[in-house]
Amino acid sequence: MRTFEDLWQIAKKDLLEFRRDRLRLVTFLIMPMFMMIMVGFIFPNQNTLKNVPIGIANQGNGQISQQLVTTITNLKLSPDKPDLAFEIKTYDSIDAIKNAIKSQQISGGIDIPADFDTTIAANKQATVTIVQDQSNPQISQMVDQILSQIVTGFSSEVGAQKINQILTAVPPTNPVSSISVQSIIAPVTSKIEGIIPGNPNYFEFVAPGIMAMIVMTAVLTGLAASISREKEQGTLDGILISPINRLAIVLGKALSQAIRGLVQGAIVLLLAFLLFGVTVHGNIMLVALLLVLGIFSFIGLGILVSAIATEQETATQLLFMFQFPMLFLSGVFFPIALMPNFMQKIAHVIPLTYAINAIRKVMVLGAGFTAVRTEFLILLIFGVVTLAISVPVFKRVITR
Amino acid sequence: MKNVIEVKNLTKKYGSLVAVDKISFEVQKGEVFGLLGENGAGKTTTLEMIEGLRKPTKGEIKVLGHDVVHEVQSIKEKIGVQLQSSAYYDYLKLREILDLFGSFYEKHLEPDDLFKMVDLESKANQYIKNLSGGQKQRFSIIASLINDPEIVFLDEPTTGLDPIGRRNTWNIIAKIKEQGKTIILTTHYMEEAEILCDRVAIMEKGKIMTIGQPHKLIEKTKTPYKIEFVLAKEDPSFIDRLMKSCDAKDCDIKKLPGKTAHFEMNIKSQDLLNKAVEILQKENPESFTIGRATLEDLFIELTGKTIADEENGNA
Repeated sequence: MRTFEDLWQIAKKDLLEFRRDRLRLVTFLIMPMFMMIMVGFIFPNQNTLKNVPIGIANQGNGQISQQLVTTITNLKLSPDKPDLAFEIKTYDSIDAIKNAIKSQQISGGIDIPADFDTTIAANKQATVTIVQDQSNPQISQMVDQILSQIVTGFSSEVGAQKINQILTAVPPTNPVSSISVQSIIAPVTSKIEGIIPGNPNYFEFVAPGIMAMIVMTAVLTGLAASISREKEQGTLDGILISPINRLAIVLGKALSQAIRGLVQGAIVLLLAFLLFGVTVHGNIMLVALLLVLGIFSFIGLGILVSAIATEQETATQLLFMFQFPMLFLSGVFFPIALMPNFMQKIAHVIPLTYAINAIRKVMVLGAGFTAVRTEFLILLIFGVVTLAISVPVFKRVITR
Repeated sequence: MKNVIEVKNLTKKYGSLVAVDKISFEVQKGEVFGLLGENGAGKTTTLEMIEGLRKPTKGEIKVLGHDVVHEVQSIKEKIGVQLQSSAYYDYLKLREILDLFGSFYEKHLEPDDLFKMVDLESKANQYIKNLSGGQKQRFSIIASLINDPEIVFLDEPTTGLDPIGRRNTWNIIAKIKEQGKTIILTTHYMEEAEILCDRVAIMEKGKIMTIGQPHKLIEKTKTPYKIEFVLAKEDPSFIDRLMKSCDAKDCDIKKLPGKTAHFEMNIKSQDLLNKAVEILQKENPESFTIGRATLEDLFIELTGKTIADEENGNA
């Protein structure tokens, strides 16, 4: 009972100090915003991609080429938003488009050759050229994809018209009316159905990861820095000379960090919701619970680092060593399944991986507790084991 | 007298470095006990082992009858430790710091009474950075009293204070002693130890060189008497003459650093003192003082060093 009271006193003290330290408070609030806004805008998705400048060189002179240009010009990525996907600039030739890409005026382009209309009219296959901006793979990939889709769609439309012409021109020896044109030009089509309604975008994939990452790295550094700062300044001695249980010291500090972590998590979630239209499909309390558990799994590591490091600076450096690979290996930005085999193995010993996985499942797929119980258990075990190692080490190191 | 602290064969090693080397001593209830020594002599390490902050390599420490290694929690309830004034939270008000520390103990005093004791009532809701050096020092003393301890540890309570601040602190220490508490302090100022301490222990390289009441220790020095004088001008032949008045093993003259023609003569016996005074009076010095050796003289004799030596790197 005494331990819990002491623990609470320590946590309260840490939070009070934190609230009064303006600089730390401001960084604490700005960091997740900064991170979120940065990632949200750097990685394009359908909410952020709009008015991408592309070039069109329409050398054809017929109706069909003009139709293609109109289709591209009026393309909207989302039917309920007024924004157009592209901002069109007109050029004379494919070389002019290439030059414009080089001078970074446009992010890609499409060239319609002079014989486009005549070739189609002569019932031959016409070709348009899509020009890529290879210096910006993120954007160019999306531009290519969208342009190719438009061309394919446009092409089958033209094909359908042609077949219709053929079918109506030939005397009806067979029951033409029962043959759909689409069954000839595209006999098989696919339709995509997700578990949740709507289009998932890259940001919905990234947002849970970023939230977990920000919160957990903040807790990890925060805890280690908080303990080693008190060690360095000598304030820890003031606590150590009192009859307070040492477990209460570390757990109190961990509690204050966890509270801060949850506040940060809430900020990230709010921003994702307000700025980038991310929705939480599952239970938000389950997300919070997983976040707490994720924090718990990191506390042992934080204590261990601060026990080993004598100075705040050493602690920060040591942690950086852990954090950097963790950013890439835990699947915050890239799915783990895309990594080489040995990296996947490393990814599976990082607790952040499980926390992100579970939070992503709940947030994006609306999973319930049963779907994340494996991750739940792994995080719990990881936390208990690292705590069981780090607390005795901390106790021993702290008595010089 | 009842012993409140008993230290037996206490040793602390860091690898091959012996910080504290088999020391034994007792501290009695209600006394002011001083641990003297240079930086690195092992004073702070010794104190921290008694406080339970460091683990002894060997030896035994009993505080109020409890063993420090095994019953440290019950000891901690009854001791108070002054921390360096930098070791208090920047973003907590003084009262909040005392409330926080108080909450860790079963028994604790009212912060207001403590503020009153050292005239800090007006600063109770201020931050530590708004205090002067002397106020910080006073605060760090009352912080050590929050649990109404039986033994108070003060580590260099007057270092960095001006003469007024130092005298203030002496009065506070006297007040604590009047409450029947035992005080253990470390200091660099020998004159302070002579005034405050009932008993002192002088440490050097992890060992206790001597222990006892300051005035009794001084009597045991090789040269308990001394004359200090300033001549009108430097006069080597006169110094020679003065030196010849006694054997080299019984007295010692040295020029004090700095001021021109300022000397100190340490003398073994009353007879030799009288002889020297006679010779000196004839010379008509600008100023002269006859006195007793001080704790500082004893300290230098025991540790075999002067401040000048230390500065020359002979430490």
